[in-house]
Amino acid sequence: MPAQESIESPPEDTRWQLVDRTMQRLDHRPEALIETLHAAQDAFGYLDSATLARIASRLRLPPAKVLGVATFYNHFRLKPKGEHTLSVCTGTACHIKGNDRILAWMRERYCLAPGDTTQDNRLSLVEVRCVGACALAPVILTDGAITGKKSFAETTTIIREWLDDAP
Amino acid sequence: MSAPILTLTIDGRQVSGLASETVLQVAKENGIAIPTLCFLEGLSATGACRLCMVEIEGSPRLHPACVTPIQEGMTVTTDSKRLFGYRRAIVQLLFSERNHVCAVCVANGHCELQELARAFGIDHIAFPCRHPALEVDASHSRFVLDHNRCVLCTRCVRVCGEIEGAHTWDVKNRGIRIQIVADLDTPWGAAATCTGCGKCVHVCPTGALAEKGKSMAEMRQKRPFLPYLVANRAEERK
Amino acid sequence: MHREELAALAAEHQRHLDTFAHHIFVCAGLGCPGNEAIVAALRSEIAERQLQDRVLLRKAGCMGLCALGPIVLIQPGEIAYHTVSPDDAAEIVASLDREPVARLRLAPDLPFFARQHKNVLALSGRIDPEEIRDYIAAGGYAALCTALATMRPVDIVRCIQESGLRGRGGAGYPTGLKWATVAKAPGDKKYVICNGDEGDPGAFMDRSILESTPHAVLEGMIIAAYAVGASQGYIYVRAEYPLAIKRLRLAIREAERRNLLGHAICGLGFDFTLQLRLGAGAFVCGEETALIESIEGRRGIPRPRPPYPAEKGLWSSPTLINNVETYANIPRIVERGPAWFSALGTERSKGTKVFALTGKIRHAGLVEVPMGMNLREIIFDIGGGIPDGHAFKAVQTGGPSGGCIPAEFLDTPVSYESLNELGSIMGSGGMIVIDETSSMIDVVRYFMEFCMEESCGKCVPCRVGTAQVHRLLTRFLEHRATAADLAMLEDLCDLMKHASLCGLGQSAPNPVLSTLRYFRQEYLDRIVPAEPATEEQA
Repeated sequence: MPAQESIESPPEDTRWQLVDRTMQRLDHRPEALIETLHAAQDAFGYLDSATLARIASRLRLPPAKVLGVATFYNHFRLKPKGEHTLSVCTGTACHIKGNDRILAWMRERYCLAPGDTTQDNRLSLVEVRCVGACALAPVILTDGAITGKKSFAETTTIIREWLDDAP
Repeated sequence: MSAPILTLTIDGRQVSGLASETVLQVAKENGIAIPTLCFLEGLSATGACRLCMVEIEGSPRLHPACVTPIQEGMTVTTDSKRLFGYRRAIVQLLFSERNHVCAVCVANGHCELQELARAFGIDHIAFPCRHPALEVDASHSRFVLDHNRCVLCTRCVRVCGEIEGAHTWDVKNRGIRIQIVADLDTPWGAAATCTGCGKCVHVCPTGALAEKGKSMAEMRQKRPFLPYLVANRAEERK
Repeated sequence: MHREELAALAAEHQRHLDTFAHHIFVCAGLGCPGNEAIVAALRSEIAERQLQDRVLLRKAGCMGLCALGPIVLIQPGEIAYHTVSPDDAAEIVASLDREPVARLRLAPDLPFFARQHKNVLALSGRIDPEEIRDYIAAGGYAALCTALATMRPVDIVRCIQESGLRGRGGAGYPTGLKWATVAKAPGDKKYVICNGDEGDPGAFMDRSILESTPHAVLEGMIIAAYAVGASQGYIYVRAEYPLAIKRLRLAIREAERRNLLGHAICGLGFDFTLQLRLGAGAFVCGEETALIESIEGRRGIPRPRPPYPAEKGLWSSPTLINNVETYANIPRIVERGPAWFSALGTERSKGTKVFALTGKIRHAGLVEVPMGMNLREIIFDIGGGIPDGHAFKAVQTGGPSGGCIPAEFLDTPVSYESLNELGSIMGSGGMIVIDETSSMIDVVRYFMEFCMEESCGKCVPCRVGTAQVHRLLTRFLEHRATAADLAMLEDLCDLMKHASLCGLGQSAPNPVLSTLRYFRQEYLDRIVPAEPATEEQA
């Protein structure tokens, strides 16, 4: 089994310590899976097959089950993210206030659809379903920093300045 | 092991069953047929396909017979104009979801989806077909998985986990994008957990899972193994 | 911590607070970005003027008026400043012993504040959420200590039943009845869960409560655990709420340190431990059985009900699940008695409700009003009406499971029943105002896309139905629909409503059905004369 192989050659990556600690805290019980995936994504930025295989073997879960869980929840990424991340909130208030135009503009200007990363790995575009700052709609997050209450033109300027893509 | 015996009415007939039984079981024992798709005797019931929905007097909602326990004095209706309409629509939704082309299918003539379409007099699909571009996984030496023909009943997932104990199959993604998946989205032939037992192939209601080398209409599922395995396991473990 | 110790700690901390002549609270919620810089500027200004012993600067929770944030509140005097920037720090600190800064000050009688009735949000913005002593000095945990010392579990259940409190998460199931069912359910091991998976993509009540008064939620949960006989609890919070998670972690640790959680709580014979679980982005996990699946580490797929979680929930044990706002209501009800609570609100909808007022509205933010206040008062008086000279078109309540209410019903008093009658639902409290520049079909298609993406995929009516309805709505939006499409739309909505497995699929048609009821003309206007139908063979 591939799950077994990864035990024989444990990656000597110190980042695993955090992940292992999470599994230990929950006694390696099956319910630790989601918490462990969170910890692994925090440690590695995303969840690749080797990571999932190792988690499956540590928690003694079928690999298919681990993959099923990792792909069910939006929060988990199976692909690496770019150097920078632009998150566009697509909650209801942000939709009403026109964030779909920002997504269309990103597609046009940077050829990015939600979930995509540029070829040079510089920028990822993420669609988030409501960060809960609806009174600031429309909301975007540049590397996690929130910006809101801006017009379409102001928002695109902010994005271009942030990306050193001078208007 | 002595569950009390309850009496109830199904389609106007007085019937009885054990308190541990479901509406579907008691109906079947009494020769009352309720359409099903995801349900398969010997596997856990999930209530997913919604074809076995029945009306229960006094309840505004519909209830899936496969997971609804019987109750003393309940009055069940298993067929009505309304239920027929819903079931017909559900079968059509399944046809519209993926790419079901009976004429070239290995399971033609032995397909439960096809039988349901016949039972509900479906001669065309009212809904626009989605025509998703899906793959065929022919990496296994003896079997083939064609996602185009899958109705996502999860019988394969359940038989693999519950009976074979391998849990090679699971479901990935969610909503309209869900798909049956082996191990870590591994080609079936490379899935290390698969024992190659073929149980999944024989519980598949359509031609999604089939033996290799079968051409159209040649795939015949062997079903009796399942109740036999369930009964025999209980016996062997005593 | 015993009752006496708690009272002593409260008094001691209050004495400490009283040594300061001025208190500055800066909203440090997610809805007030830039607050760190303001806090830093105020802090250096206070230090520069050597006012550390006279002025206490605290980061507080949400003050509600997010549209005009960041908000800074000065006490005593109830002086609220809006759209504060770090550059204003000097002027604000300089004004403390003098006249307030007029250009920043919000009118003291602003209807946004004056018309609200704060109960759950009473301490929000008025204490430091990261300081348990602030909560205790404001009377926090007194209800818990009193309940444990003087009330039997049945007394608490009866108290909640008599209060008339109903679930604030959506369906409005009577909270006391739920508690009574779990309390009576046989079983040695029982669980209490707080549903903080705020899924409505346009609502932030729970985020704000967790960020502003996390201890109130903990206190409500501990009381609930005692009442139903649970020894273990879980708080399930969206991973998208990092600040709420941080403050909850801290709150749990602090409560454990002070023996308000853990073994022999308040020195009495009651044990209760609490763990945090992060959601991972799945709307369906707001559904009770899906949430349980998720806590158990699986895909958030709803289970068929019955059995209900009250009998067979987490790890097949009796489980109580309430939402954040419901728990936050508990301490005050226990402290002040059920009659105090049931005096507020309408005949069948008691108490106050928190709403997230957003969309095309001037004073977007978080408001709390008594049940029974009408929509017009909430939107036009408190919310300040529609900006930019536009006209009100509809208000959407209940998010993807709710409906759109047109102008003719603005005078409807808000209650669970009245909103249901209008084809919408109370939901968790999202209230999105739509003006005449928006197409209702676009709004409805937005919600259907949401449901399609959030459907777990288990049952056919929801999995395929949402996709088919979304496709039909797109045809309407693009002026390509036919009369047959309209009939198919109505049939599919009927199927999903009655045949779907869980609440997500059953309520997904609500936005469509409510707009077909009130804005049907928008659909009819987009129908083109029928072309010959294309049929596909099976």
